[in-house]
Amino acid sequence: MTLPRDQILGRLKSALDRENRPPEAARARLRDRPAGLIPERGQGAPADRLALFAAEAERVEATVARIPGPAALPREVARYLAETNQPPALRAAQSLADVDWSSQPMLKVTGGTADGADNCSISRAFGGVAETGTLVFLSGPDNPTTLNFVPPTHIAVIRAADIAGDYEAVWARLRAEAGGGAYMPRTVNWVTGPSRTADIEQTLLLGAHGPQRLHIVILDDDATP
Amino acid sequence: MDSTTRQFKDNARGALDDAQLQNALDKLGRGFPLKRLEAAARLPEFERLRDQAREIKNHVLDNLDFYLEAFEAKVEAAGGQVHWCADADAARRTIGEICKAAGAKTVTKSKSMIGEEIAINDYLENEGIEPIETDLGEYIIQLRREPPSHIIAPAIHLSMGQVEETFRESHADLDPDRALDEPRKLLEEARTRLRDRFLGADVGLTGANMLIAETGSNVLVTNEGNADLTYSLPRVHIVIASLEKIVPTLEDASTILRVLARSATGQEMSVYTTFCTGVRRPGDLDGPEEYHVVLLDNGRSKLLGTESHEMLRCIRCGACLNHCPVYRSVGGHAYGWVYSGPMGAVLIPGLIGMDEAAHLPNASTLCGRCEQVCPMRIPLPRMLRAWRHKLYESRRTGALGRWALEGWAWLARRPRLYRLIMGLGVAGLGMLGRRRGRFRRLPLAGGWTGGRDLPAPEGDTFIQQWHKGARGDASGERLRRRGR
Amino acid sequence: MTQPSVGLFVTCLVDLMRPATGFAAAELIEAAGFRVEVPAAQTCCGQPAYNSGNTEDTRAIAKQVIAAFEGFDYVVVPSGSCGGTLRKHYPELFAADAAWQARAESLADKTFELTQFLQEHAKSNEKLLAWEVAATYHDSCSGLRELGIKGQPRELLSKVDGLSLIEGQEAETCCGFGGLFCVKYGDISEEIVSAKVADIDKTGADLVLGGDLGCLMNIAGRLKRLGRPTEVRHVAEVLAGMRDAPAIGEPDG
Ligand code: SF4
Repeated sequence: MTLPRDQILGRLKSALDRENRPPEAARARLRDRPAGLIPERGQGAPADRLALFAAEAERVEATVARIPGPAALPREVARYLAETNQPPALRAAQSLADVDWSSQPMLKVTGGTADGADNCSISRAFGGVAETGTLVFLSGPDNPTTLNFVPPTHIAVIRAADIAGDYEAVWARLRAEAGGGAYMPRTVNWVTGPSRTADIEQTLLLGAHGPQRLHIVILDDDATP
Repeated sequence: MDSTTRQFKDNARGALDDAQLQNALDKLGRGFPLKRLEAAARLPEFERLRDQAREIKNHVLDNLDFYLEAFEAKVEAAGGQVHWCADADAARRTIGEICKAAGAKTVTKSKSMIGEEIAINDYLENEGIEPIETDLGEYIIQLRREPPSHIIAPAIHLSMGQVEETFRESHADLDPDRALDEPRKLLEEARTRLRDRFLGADVGLTGANMLIAETGSNVLVTNEGNADLTYSLPRVHIVIASLEKIVPTLEDASTILRVLARSATGQEMSVYTTFCTGVRRPGDLDGPEEYHVVLLDNGRSKLLGTESHEMLRCIRCGACLNHCPVYRSVGGHAYGWVYSGPMGAVLIPGLIGMDEAAHLPNASTLCGRCEQVCPMRIPLPRMLRAWRHKLYESRRTGALGRWALEGWAWLARRPRLYRLIMGLGVAGLGMLGRRRGRFRRLPLAGGWTGGRDLPAPEGDTFIQQWHKGARGDASGERLRRRGR
Repeated sequence: MTQPSVGLFVTCLVDLMRPATGFAAAELIEAAGFRVEVPAAQTCCGQPAYNSGNTEDTRAIAKQVIAAFEGFDYVVVPSGSCGGTLRKHYPELFAADAAWQARAESLADKTFELTQFLQEHAKSNEKLLAWEVAATYHDSCSGLRELGIKGQPRELLSKVDGLSLIEGQEAETCCGFGGLFCVKYGDISEEIVSAKVADIDKTGADLVLGGDLGCLMNIAGRLKRLGRPTEVRHVAEVLAGMRDAPAIGEPDG
């Protein structure tokens, strides 16, 4: 009995005349990974890119704040939670372990994964894409995926320098940082605005299963002004 | 699922008489196309990106075996497993076995058209495992035991009132005094119910918008975030995907993603686009411990090189439904099976058979709008014609219609006789219709005159008059002369 | 110098139902400086058979059309849908027959939909006619999507003094005619044409114009059934100033 795998592949190979047509073009494509057409839109100077990122994110109902650097983060988080009438409690990813929260003694900050009872999480984005105001998160011990989805409010922290023009640039950086090893974490999340649905009478509602509020904090430290 | 495709005409009649459905379809027809246009206008490269997306998929189809093997190797390297399944039955059994091995009692699901295609929910239920749809629309129709009426907006046919009714019937402990008279309140009710289900599920079953050969990843695109709760909370993640979903690289996936949401909902990008690769990594605090990809053929490998070959480029965006005058008139359920609209009319005959689905390729005006908006530039009208050809050749076209058509074609090949007979016919009709200029009712023309008058012919044919020497002149003289 | 010749493929619907459109077309082509001929051997382009999957009969009819028209310098068709059949589909029909395919292609190359042809060849840019009316234009599907007819009729109409064109939001949406579709699936067709009529109503136009008699009869049929006074005509009739001809579906005289 032939295995379904071999049966299916056999059918494909004979339909494609594989015996006489070696898949050279495909081999080359996997090796070279040519990029397609990259929209002009995200290709401006860093300052324009940053502005575009913020504008696109706001267009899809995220809120955006720019602060000078990590030292200002606790204050911004406290401000945001107060402004939006939310309790001063946070589930913070390990990736933000270097932040000193003590300047905001009211804030209750815990680590670990989201358990369903949290109101707000904070995690660090690996990159941003100006083209569509998209954040890119990588899963890992210091940035659990559930933090991006379970609590109704999600605060995303991103360095201005990590905001690229396009998705391709983020992939390139991901590969480069792996230094030739396996580069895909278990999960890569592109997030473009807060969760939404239009499933009931085509009425747009924010906060379906994922967060209802997405607040993006851009750290300007090493950005060109 | 069982199909009602054979009863397409009755289904359609029912849909046309359903005022509430017509309302929903009106809204859809006004909303989606406009939003798509706006999104396309914001991206000057949109049309060229469509060309590239088409080229990527064409290249994939030429190398499908190669990319699938590459994908499999990468999945295994990331600690996952690929299960090749020739048909729906094999896929159902495979999924059932994985669930049983995991000791699963409940399976959360994010919307998957392949899941619908293989009717996985019925199967799991029979095996004593509870499947829970988590996409809001899909959750609602699961409670109602209905198939989706749109590939990306499964509950588009329902009103708020119907959703409320469904929740009141299905959520046993729901306080009867609790108001559910706004979309927001209905969403809250569903969200709360599903929260616990997400947290308690043993297995998460998702579809895949794409599979990536370079990395062994599956791509999930949602707006709600339900897919992300589906794969990240349970211990086991099963992906069910058909084999043409494969793309070569992350770059290629990015190109296709640029046209997907814009074509589907008019968003620049859907809210959540997720790339899952293998199992949770050492040290990870969450993520699944098992990762299974159920790779389904179900007839697709047989389409390579046939008239339906190009259909394998489809990325299930729904644009062809949103722009189809027939879909917009009758909605998705009339098509009688899980797919609908132009893409459904092309896919369904291949999946459930020509006898069952003989209506679908014919129930189209071939207006071509679907091809115009399809991000993958699939020539849907040409494929519908190809099905019509097959139906005709296999004598599945109604005998009366065939006979009439062939009789007419026979006549059309004999110009003199044609002229004689048609000349007499229009002269007669012209006489009859001259006074009103049109007919309200005419034997054999019931399909037309049900809701329309039939304009009457002038009397003499153009060619008769022309060859008698009548000519045009700007005064309209020949018109006064005509036929008197 | 002899005038170049145009074979007028008048289409079965115009031939049988509305010769006025054919005369208007002939007159416009002549005014553009061409000699018009109307081969008596023409019946239909074969589209009903083609769209029903009856390829064999379509091929036979196509051969007849090719033979009757290949001798002219141009072939002009007052219909985007039949024009599309000649231009796009005939060559596809003979994929397995090189000799006929070559003939089909050479016919396709010189076949034009009427407004396309006039737009390229019409002599003057002056306002030739006066027709005081608020009109709207329905873009028939095949003309629009197979042949790219969109600007041509509008530019030609801009030369008609007093005619104002109000665009319908759904001008490019199918009217539901679809050849045999409108009788086979009459209910659905009726729903689609009702939406079309609603869009026409919204424009407030008194006259609906288009380039395909099938669609126009469909739209007129629905308008008349609803008792609307809105008139429907083929664009050629307006361009030829054919005011006296009753509009489609209107009584004579
Ligand atoms: S056929 Fe084209 S438009 Fe229709 S769902 Fe598939 S990709 Fe989208």
